[in-house]
Amino acid sequence: MAKKEAVKTVREPLFHVVKRDDLPWWKAWLIRVATIVIAIFLVGILSVVVTGQSFGGTYQIMFSGVFGRLFEGHTTMLWKYLQEIVILLSLALALTPAFKMKFWNCGAEGQALMGGLASIICMIELGDKLSYPVLLAVITITSIFAGALWGVIPAIFKAAFNTNETLFTLMMNYIATQIIAYYVYIKGGGSNVINPVSAGNFPSVGGNDYFVNIMIVSVITVVMYIYLKYSKQGYEISVVGESQNTARYIGINVKKVIIRTMIISGALCGITGMLLVAGKDHSININSVGGQGFTAILMSWLGQFNPFIMVVMTAIVVFLRLGVAKVADTALLNSSFSEIMVGIVILMLVGCEFFIHYSIKFKHKKEAAA
Amino acid sequence: MIIQFICRAILLGVPLLYGSTGEIVTEKSGHLNLGIPGIMYVGAISGVVGSFLYENSCGNDIANMSPLLAVLIPLLCAIVGATLMGLIYSFLTVTLHANQNVTGLALTTLGIGLGNFLGASLINITKSELPSIALTKTSSFFAAKLPFADKLGWFGDLFLSHDFLTYFAIIIAIVVSFVLNRTRVGLNLRSVGENPATADAAGINVTKYKYVATCIGSAIAGLGGLQYVMAYANGVWSNNAFGDRGWMAIALVIFALWKPSVAILGSFLFGALCNANNYIQGLGTETQELFKMLPYVVTIVVLIITSMRKKREHQPPQSLGLAYFREER
Repeated sequence: MAKKEAVKTVREPLFHVVKRDDLPWWKAWLIRVATIVIAIFLVGILSVVVTGQSFGGTYQIMFSGVFGRLFEGHTTMLWKYLQEIVILLSLALALTPAFKMKFWNCGAEGQALMGGLASIICMIELGDKLSYPVLLAVITITSIFAGALWGVIPAIFKAAFNTNETLFTLMMNYIATQIIAYYVYIKGGGSNVINPVSAGNFPSVGGNDYFVNIMIVSVITVVMYIYLKYSKQGYEISVVGESQNTARYIGINVKKVIIRTMIISGALCGITGMLLVAGKDHSININSVGGQGFTAILMSWLGQFNPFIMVVMTAIVVFLRLGVAKVADTALLNSSFSEIMVGIVILMLVGCEFFIHYSIKFKHKKEAAA
Repeated sequence: MIIQFICRAILLGVPLLYGSTGEIVTEKSGHLNLGIPGIMYVGAISGVVGSFLYENSCGNDIANMSPLLAVLIPLLCAIVGATLMGLIYSFLTVTLHANQNVTGLALTTLGIGLGNFLGASLINITKSELPSIALTKTSSFFAAKLPFADKLGWFGDLFLSHDFLTYFAIIIAIVVSFVLNRTRVGLNLRSVGENPATADAAGINVTKYKYVATCIGSAIAGLGGLQYVMAYANGVWSNNAFGDRGWMAIALVIFALWKPSVAILGSFLFGALCNANNYIQGLGTETQELFKMLPYVVTIVVLIITSMRKKREHQPPQSLGLAYFREER
């Protein structure tokens, strides 16, 4: 008896969630852009609350923190901004083929560090032995090799034994970190710092040190777009990502694709390490990549595996990172404030995907229809 | 010397034990929470903020602080802070079906940012010259040992000389282990993690289990952060000092094969591995750096071996990392 009553009193939920059919692309982007606008607005409000600045003033400081005195013709800050974008973008691009294959490469940090390590070893050991062009070639080859090696080890085990790659690649990061710590200690004479090496630096074009880095990543962006969208290998990657069984059925060698893709992913991370060492810092330490390997995972995901969207996403995130850091700095606050803001913005963007893929149906609508 | 080494290993291992016990609870519900490092940061800083406020409210008669409140306030703060982070994670991944890896990593960014920002703000308020904030008095309550520990020689040192959060960690791990394996709730939780669709069909409230498991897991992990600050670091918070212990806790989950009882010994072993470099004679600093990679290498070896042997009871929960949407079965 009691049971029957209980059944009767069960209320229908107020709303239920339904998976949407494909939303037209412009509607999906409307939601995303709206989220970004709201997020940036929210960042402004939170900054105002914390710093006590005026609303407009906050954005002004943010802008000056990123672009400096651009309108007065000073482009130094702009180049720095581009440089920061390019490093993060390069890591995000490197991770994209792996992610598209549903291979969670969380090891960009370590792969880039190993690439950087290869570069700095070449710069220190071979700097005075080889001519400049040969040295650059050797740096490039060794960095690519080092990054690819660090990326392919988890891939081999994934292919052979289905070892969990998320955790494997994560652990590889810390092994790389300790190797760097070891090397820095030896070369830095116990000071934890390697003085900037002058040999094997990328040339400065038109007086600009960052130009080469920016060009290299621009090329990678375009090539990656073409590779993923129009090449046979890119297609194989997306089939393996959708369903390994389907891939096997149509005769794709899944193991080969996994290993090959991770070699590419690791190699591109290695190139990023080279950009950091030979093109930017001319030195290395355990914080050279500075957690960007993890941010890059988020960038690749938010970019929907599309390199050009990734450019926009990294531009926004780096803008917030530099801009909010400046806001915090001006108010004599710790620059970690920018990490909080970037975290919030990314969480909002991750959350907004829900409204693109699902819709909420309220109860009363259904009743009205009935 | 050996006793000291073991005690040190235990002290270093306890934050990892909290972190991994919490992560095991979460993973058993099918959620790979990569936000644990951030959550542990938040737990630590919430506790620090709580005890900072309490120490300040006591003003000058800091000697008269009530030991009970001095312990309870940070404890509660840590639990609340960490649970809130867990709520964010479960709202995004359970209700909004967001990607778990991405959400977790974003949460880690957020958590570490929060920790460092609040930490730096407190340091600013105290106008301390060192880049750290010391809560020595509160810490003394946390680190209190059993009164008769000193009198029992090596036995006392080994088993009775630890702070209460250490015992608490072991108790939690045992309780979690019991609940997971011996109770109906545990069975339901495991079934949610293995196959949510089946669990749903059997009348288990999947959403509720996922939410509760994630939040409880986060709260447990948050205590790890608190234990680190209060017992290991003697109440001294400095930015980034917590380091990558959160990731190591996630590594420990694999090492322990998703069993909290194994995680207890595993955490002490990890603590020992982290610390071995300080106790092996004649190591240069550079070799010590190489030694610090030991826990990670061991984890990878365990990861590979378990995946090679493919024993059913040693595998991660089957639907780990996958979002569950009822209408998509």
